Amino acid sequence: MIKKKENGQVKKFRFRQALPFYLFVLPGLLYLLINNYIPMFGIVIAFKKLNFAKGIFGSDWYGLNNFKFLFATKDAWEITRNTLLYNVAFFIVGTVCAIGLAIFINEITAKKASKLYQTVILLPYLLSWVIVGYLSYAFLSSETGLINNSILKPLGLEPVNFYQDKTYWPYILVFFNLWKNVGYSMIIYFSSIVGINTDYYEAARIDGASKWKQIKYITLPLLKPTVITLFIMNVGQVFRSDFGLFYQVPRNSGVLYPVTRTIDVYVYQALMKSSDYAMSSAASVYQSICGFVLILAANAIVRRYHKESALF
Amino acid sequence: MKSKENTVTQVLSHAVCIIFSLSAILPLLLLVIASFTKNSWAVTNGFSFFPKELSLSAYTYISSQWALIGRGYLNTILVTFAGTAIGLTFSTLFAYGISHSEIPGMKLVSFLLVFSMLFNGGLVSTYYTYINIFPVKDTFWAQVIPNLMMNAFNVILIRNYFTNSIPPSLREAAKIDGASEYRILAKIIIPLSKPILATVGLFTALAYWNDWTNGLYYLSQRKGSQYFTIQNILNNINDNIQVILQNASTMSKMGTSVADLPSTTVRMAIAVIGLLPILILYPFFQKYFVKGITLGGVKE
Repeated sequence: MIKKKENGQVKKFRFRQALPFYLFVLPGLLYLLINNYIPMFGIVIAFKKLNFAKGIFGSDWYGLNNFKFLFATKDAWEITRNTLLYNVAFFIVGTVCAIGLAIFINEITAKKASKLYQTVILLPYLLSWVIVGYLSYAFLSSETGLINNSILKPLGLEPVNFYQDKTYWPYILVFFNLWKNVGYSMIIYFSSIVGINTDYYEAARIDGASKWKQIKYITLPLLKPTVITLFIMNVGQVFRSDFGLFYQVPRNSGVLYPVTRTIDVYVYQALMKSSDYAMSSAASVYQSICGFVLILAANAIVRRYHKESALF
Repeated sequence: MKSKENTVTQVLSHAVCIIFSLSAILPLLLLVIASFTKNSWAVTNGFSFFPKELSLSAYTYISSQWALIGRGYLNTILVTFAGTAIGLTFSTLFAYGISHSEIPGMKLVSFLLVFSMLFNGGLVSTYYTYINIFPVKDTFWAQVIPNLMMNAFNVILIRNYFTNSIPPSLREAAKIDGASEYRILAKIIIPLSKPILATVGLFTALAYWNDWTNGLYYLSQRKGSQYFTIQNILNNINDNIQVILQNASTMSKMGTSVADLPSTTVRMAIAVIGLLPILILYPFFQKYFVKGITLGGVKE
């Protein structure tokens, strides 16, 4: 900052210079205000006994009662467990498959083939969850699904009523999440692998290291920073779930809720289907606050041990 | 010895990639084949990669319902265009503003952006805001404004490009020549930033094209359905096939009986129609798309 008090002229001049920049950020700031900051203050809904006649701010305070009601139900535990466990499973399965795939693609010497594989494997990432819902239905439907009609029946096995049977859903959801997203993470890891200095591999080859040893001692250790960065981003999101996956693929089947319902689905249903502002706002605020605390904690830990990977 | 290891590696790599590629593409193929299957055959034998009887009736039926589906398409296109244009404008201006962190207050503005990524009010209070405080319910803007318009992450990508890839000397030279900030942004910065703007624009457009949640939250079946995009229509049909079958009377005019309605295969046909533009355009934008993923994955 230059001496501010010197005279008014300097200040005015500087403001005129800066004015265009303030105008540039203005529309975006207004948008952030409407889309992000007003809703942040809206979390007070969770601490109020909402009365529409009085509006949010006029409604009576209700303390932590909404949260008490929420955590008195077994739903609260169920949706938390589902959200957390699915995120952990998605991250582990997704990372292992994406890194493996990226290493294999990198080994392929035919450039055209490598390009083609990347293009095809990335394709599911471009589809909306609604369409993925249709795809999964074509496979899983009990009447017309491919699995029941073309696989189980010819083998003489009992048909499975997938949308009424909880057993398979953890695998189905992990599968569809992987199916849609593996291409995306594969590209990230592939670009990291391509960026590794080829001298390392050259030296290893001269020393007679096998392909497997090169992967184990060069590729994997050098991918660690990328994995760590993606890991922190995931830790911060561990209370969030992909609403599309958990809403569209199980087709909102009530029998499946114990294994398919996550916090986001619960909030949506409580808000839109049963207009239960108390429960939905409590669940939604619980999710926001836990997520926020986790992001800060994860970042603090990373700052301590691996400063370059910290997000802020 | 070495060349044997190489052959094994090549065969193994191709095998793994082929397995993943097939599992990516086969479900889509099933969707397409199912939409061309004769409805009665699909009902008795299920969807199959090798149906014995084919039929175009699902598509004939869709063309008879074009008023509904065509409007959905038109809405998708309008929403995607409006959202991407406004979003990209807001994001570029904002990114250029915060790239000048020497200006008083800009650090705070940057912080407000980053903080919006870390904490959010959640669905309930966002919903309340868009219903009561900034009402967009049952308007066209319900599809455009909530959630998707300015992605903080994309803004940061653009800002990084401005600070890392555009030499400051260009701006200074233009300044000496007496160009205003508006001119500098329009004539120097934006033309030089085409690659990043194309990438961010592409991601934004894809997010709008595939979005179905805004319509679900902020458009009611009764008053807002004229703004439904193709994804909203698909979502509704998934809930309730009656949406598309309610005009069964038009079928009888076409000389088909209601019993012949291809209700099973028509879902698949509509999904194919929703999918088609992405499949057609994908080869053209694939390059920018991959570049965008790489930019986003590696922190700068």
